[in-house]
Amino acid sequence: MPVVSTPATLKPSTGPIDNAEVLRIRNDFPILDQKVNGNPLVYLDSGATSQNPQCVLEAEQEYYEQRNAAVHRGAHTLAVEATDAYELAREIVASFIGARFNELVWTSNATEAINLITYAFSNASVGRGGEEAERFVLRPGDEIVVTEMEHHANLIPWQELAFRTGATFRYIPVNDDGSLQLEHANTVIGPQTKIVAFTHASNVLGSINPVETLVQMAREVGAYVVLDACQSVPHLPVDVKALDVDFAAFSGHKMLAPTGIGALYGKAELLNAMPPFLTGGSMITTVTMEHAAYLPSPTRFEAGTQRISQAVALAAAVNYLKETGMERIHAWEQHLGQRLVEGLGQIDGIRVLGPRAGEERIGLASFDVDGVHAHDVGQFLDDKGIAVRVGHHCAQPLHRRLGLVATTRASTYLYNTTDDVDAFLEAVAQVRPFFGVK
Amino acid sequence: MSSDLEQLYQQIILEHSKLRHGAGLVEAPEGDKVGESHMLNPTCGDEITLRAAVHQSQGAQTLSSISWDGQGCSISMASASVLHDLGLNLDRDELLKLVDEFRTVMRSRGTIEADEEILGDAAAFSGVSKYPARVKCAMLAWVALEEALLAAN
Repeated sequence: MPVVSTPATLKPSTGPIDNAEVLRIRNDFPILDQKVNGNPLVYLDSGATSQNPQCVLEAEQEYYEQRNAAVHRGAHTLAVEATDAYELAREIVASFIGARFNELVWTSNATEAINLITYAFSNASVGRGGEEAERFVLRPGDEIVVTEMEHHANLIPWQELAFRTGATFRYIPVNDDGSLQLEHANTVIGPQTKIVAFTHASNVLGSINPVETLVQMAREVGAYVVLDACQSVPHLPVDVKALDVDFAAFSGHKMLAPTGIGALYGKAELLNAMPPFLTGGSMITTVTMEHAAYLPSPTRFEAGTQRISQAVALAAAVNYLKETGMERIHAWEQHLGQRLVEGLGQIDGIRVLGPRAGEERIGLASFDVDGVHAHDVGQFLDDKGIAVRVGHHCAQPLHRRLGLVATTRASTYLYNTTDDVDAFLEAVAQVRPFFGVK
Repeated sequence: MSSDLEQLYQQIILEHSKLRHGAGLVEAPEGDKVGESHMLNPTCGDEITLRAAVHQSQGAQTLSSISWDGQGCSISMASASVLHDLGLNLDRDELLKLVDEFRTVMRSRGTIEADEEILGDAAAFSGVSKYPARVKCAMLAWVALEEALLAAN
C-alpha cells in the first residue's frame, strides 16, 4: 500500500538506539542536513514541531500524484482509492495508540481536538444530541478539573466551556518543582467533578504524569478523563485502552507528519452518543429543510472536505516510528533528556525546571539563565545554528507559578545525537559570559 | 562570533539593558498632562507599562517625565532605557517624529542604517532590523510611548 514505506536506510534493529543508528536515521531527514548562520543545524525544537522524513514527504506527494479525489463521495476509481488511503491511514494511526478505527477522529491538530470535545459537551448542555447525550450535560455546580501545568490548548477551551455552561473551573496545583500536588488532587476532584483533563507529559517540565492515579480518582467520582497526549504519543509507547482514558488528543506535526493534521481519540460508545461540533457535508444521514440526522463516529465529527493527504502522511510517519520502535525511541530520548539535565546542571546560573537529574523525564529540558532573558539566550544559540524554543511555551500559568516569565527549551527526537546535546551545552555555557553576567 | 550577533548586541545595548534609565514609575509633575500605556509582546511575555507627562507653556509641549516598569529581553529593556534618555525634555511632536524614524529603521530588514545625529543612542539598534523576530522587542517601549502620548492628549 502507498502509505506503507520502509526507508531503505532504516535497518530494523533490536538493540538500543545509538549514535550510529541516529546518523543513519538523519539521512531520511533532508532538512537536517544544512547550515544555519554558518554552522551545522542543531535542531532541538521538536517539542514545538518535528521534521519530516523523506518517506512522509513522498507519501503525501504520491497521494497527490496518484489518487487525489474527494473521499466518501463519488463512484469513480480515484474517489475509491482516495477513500481507501484515507481510511487505511485512520486504521494505522488508531492501532498505533491501541484504538479501533471508529474511535479516531481526524482534526487539524490537538487544539482542535480538545475544542471539539468541549463544544460537544457544550452542545449537549443546550439540549442537542437528545437523551443519549444527557450524560455530557454540564450545569452550574458541576466541576471541570485541569492542572496548573497545562498547555493553553488544554486550559483555555475548558475555561470557555465553564463560562458557557456555568460549570465551575478548578485545577490541581503544582509544587515548587513543578510536580502535581497529588495529595491535593483528592480535594479538587470530588463528587461534582464531571471532567478531569490533564497532560500526559509536560511540554515544559518534561515530566510524565501519573495517568493511572488520576484516572482512578476520576473513575471514583464518575468523571470523564481527557488526556493531552501531544508530548507522549510522538515519543513513547501509548495505549489508550491500557491507560483507560475516555478521550485523548495529539498532533501530527509533532510526530514527523506535516502540519494540519491531528487526532481525537474517544471511546466509541462516548463518541457515538456525542452531538457533533462542526456540521455540514459528509457527516449526515438524512437532511430535510428542518432537520438533519448524523452518522456515527468518526464521520459524525468530520464535516466538510477533509485533510486527506495529511492523514496519509501521518500514517506514513506512524509507520516510520513503528519501524524504529517506540520503546527504543523512548529509551534514546530519555538518555538525551538525562544528558541535557546533567549538562545544564553543571553550568553556573542555570535553573532547570521539572524533574531532577536521574528522575524520569522525556527528552526535553526547559531552563532559566540567571540574568539573561530567554529571548536573548535563543538568539545567541541561533547564531550558532542551534534551534530551541524560547518564551512561555504556551504555559503562562505554570511559568507564573514557578516565578518565571519565559524560559528556554531544548527538545529532542529520534534524529538527535548526543553530539547535538553536547553542542547545545557548550553554547549555553557561553551565554552568561557573552551578555556580561557574572 | 558572527558580526551580526555583535551588531545586534552592541555594548551600548547591553549596558542600557542593565542600567534601565527611567525604570520605576514616577508621579508626573503637578499640572502636566499624563498618559500611561501597557504593552505586551505575547510571543515571549515581554511587558512594559510606560508613563509620560507633557508640560504645556506658551504653546510649547515638552516631555516633562518618562518612566516605565517592565520585564523582558535585553533589547526591549535597553530600548526603553534609551528612549527615556532621548525623549526627556523634547518637544512632543519632535519625539513622535523620532518614533516614526525609529520604526522606519526597525522595519527596514537591515537596509536602512540609523542616523546617529537624529537617533542618538537609539541608532545602536540598527542591527535589530536584520532580525524580524526581535523588532517587536525594540519597538515595545516606543509604541507604548506613542499610546501614552495619545492618552495624555
